[in-house]
Amino acid sequence: MTHGGRTGTGLRGLLRMRGGGDSSQPKSLLTRVVSWLIFIGITLYFVVPLFATFLHSIKPKPNGVPDPTLAYRTVLASPNFFIGLGYSFTVGVITILISLLIIVPTAYWVRLRAPRLRPVVEFVTLLPFVIPPVVYVFGLIRTYGGKPFQLLATDTGSNVVLVCAYVILSFPYMYRAVDTGLAAIDVRSLTEASQSLGAGWTRILLRVIFPNIRTAILSGAFLTLAIVVGEFTIATYLARNQAFGPYLSLLGRTQPYTPAVVTLVSFGLTWIAMLLIAFIGRGSRTRVQVAGAR
Amino acid sequence: MSYLTLTGVQKRFGEFHAVQDFNLSAAKGEFVSFLGPSGCGKTTTLRMIAGFEQPTAGAITIDGRDVTNVPPNRRNVGMVFQSYALFPNMTVADNIGFGLKVRKRPADQIKTRVAELLETVNLPDKGARYPYQLSGGQQQRVALARALAFEPQVLLLDEPLSALDAKIRVALRHEIRSIQRQLGITTVYVTHDQEEALSLSDRVVVMSEGRMEQVGTPFEIYNFPTTAFVASFVGTLNVLPGVVADSGRGELTIAGQPIRLGHSFEGNRGREIKVALRPEMVSLGAPSNGQNQLTGKVSDISFLGSIVRIRVGLGDGGPVVVLDEFNEPTLNLPKLEDTVTVNFPQDGPLVLDPKESVESVEALIAEA
Repeated sequence: MTHGGRTGTGLRGLLRMRGGGDSSQPKSLLTRVVSWLIFIGITLYFVVPLFATFLHSIKPKPNGVPDPTLAYRTVLASPNFFIGLGYSFTVGVITILISLLIIVPTAYWVRLRAPRLRPVVEFVTLLPFVIPPVVYVFGLIRTYGGKPFQLLATDTGSNVVLVCAYVILSFPYMYRAVDTGLAAIDVRSLTEASQSLGAGWTRILLRVIFPNIRTAILSGAFLTLAIVVGEFTIATYLARNQAFGPYLSLLGRTQPYTPAVVTLVSFGLTWIAMLLIAFIGRGSRTRVQVAGAR
Repeated sequence: MSYLTLTGVQKRFGEFHAVQDFNLSAAKGEFVSFLGPSGCGKTTTLRMIAGFEQPTAGAITIDGRDVTNVPPNRRNVGMVFQSYALFPNMTVADNIGFGLKVRKRPADQIKTRVAELLETVNLPDKGARYPYQLSGGQQQRVALARALAFEPQVLLLDEPLSALDAKIRVALRHEIRSIQRQLGITTVYVTHDQEEALSLSDRVVVMSEGRMEQVGTPFEIYNFPTTAFVASFVGTLNVLPGVVADSGRGELTIAGQPIRLGHSFEGNRGREIKVALRPEMVSLGAPSNGQNQLTGKVSDISFLGSIVRIRVGLGDGGPVVVLDEFNEPTLNLPKLEDTVTVNFPQDGPLVLDPKESVESVEALIAEA
């Protein structure tokens, strides 16, 4: 017993010597100060521009009388703000749905049946990073604007091309998020277990795979939404100035204070979406984790 | 009457023959184990029964129905995986009820069946838990319940206990056998653990390099191995080189010392052969009643809990005989380098098939 006790003490001592047991040791003052300085610096880097934007948004002085809420009232009373935001959100949601329908089965199939194709699929999904948006949009206009398609002649046709363009643009974000989610689960065993229990492909995807990569899908969806809502180049040429990005740019060129309000509002919406994902993600992490001897 | 049959089943992956000419007939309610080292084709065969792999040739039938080309979700075969493969997003009850939901059984029927199975696997109060809230053993019980819930025609278990610790493995092994007997379900069990295969099965299929080496009851497999591979793989084995003296009278020499078998064997005088001898057949001490004896020096003594394993070298650089003695307090053990005599009965040694290379078999076992 004595020997065992000595061994235990020795092990703890060894861990302390190697830095494995020093979690209770107080951090040095210098480390704490540097940590706080970095934290404060990063916080200021984010907060100061926001605060400056806020200060700018409450500056209006019509006829020399300060009216801090004027820009806000103007934005909220502007139908174009809601039209632009609504349009971009709608396009974003449709983009996400189509992107999910393409990416999830593809990434799932590649992991399950064609792992050798993974580098190829990864390369294809990364193409939007390689091709500049302006080149991409001119290519689309040239291909689908003229004969035989002539899709850009109508609003519906333009919207279809815009959504398709955004679907391609979302691939790097969506594929990476979904693929990471799939890597975290045992796709093969879960699929085979479902099959042996009688499930077909649709049920396997909807009831087993989707729920277990929910957080990853939400991350990809959020990134896609953020990209689509703020996108300028493609929207300028294909969305006929209905989209939020071109609207924001137009405001910046014509009005002094309202762009600041629109920026703050869109920033707020972004944060709400992020908090939503963080909240849902937190719920799923505790449930989706697989224990045991895998 | 055969319930599960595999006829001439083969599986090739490119040029690699994973399974070759596999033939098996299992009766309803029979427990069959596939035993062999890693890469011998046992899991591939199981996966072909499950429908996850398509045989390159041959046919698989269940209760007379040819399922060779039937997709896995339409085979009515339950499977338990080594990694449990429980659905992490579902509770234990939902996991067990999944197969019944797929079959569109009424909710109250599913509830009753799930409760029944939770009782069967001794987890009556764990239905609302998630898999990550259970231990490995409990997760594997849930996996078993899930595979049994929809009353499959055949139950397949792919090394279900290998991820568990030794004590739980033994306990769960008995539970699996008891549940299988209770339900009378035809079961195929894949393992590389001979103890598991021998203790659980009605019949064992020993496999090597994609081929069936021997099919038989655990008693037959252990006591009457038909190939050198089976003899070496199942249990511990002394493989001793011998020289034929008079095969008609069962006489040969090992390390220059004469021994006699209780039966004749094939081989001309002076021919080199291999003889297999189980350690438990060998005892320390002088022979009696016409038993064989060999003399050598003790080269090693190891304690293995209930038994003590002693190695005796027959001459300088000669073969080594391994023998097991029960670890009793009265056991009088020799010392290292002591010269001792060991004895074994005349029907103890088994002359191995001379066509097989025992060295290659031993190398294979060592790799496994």
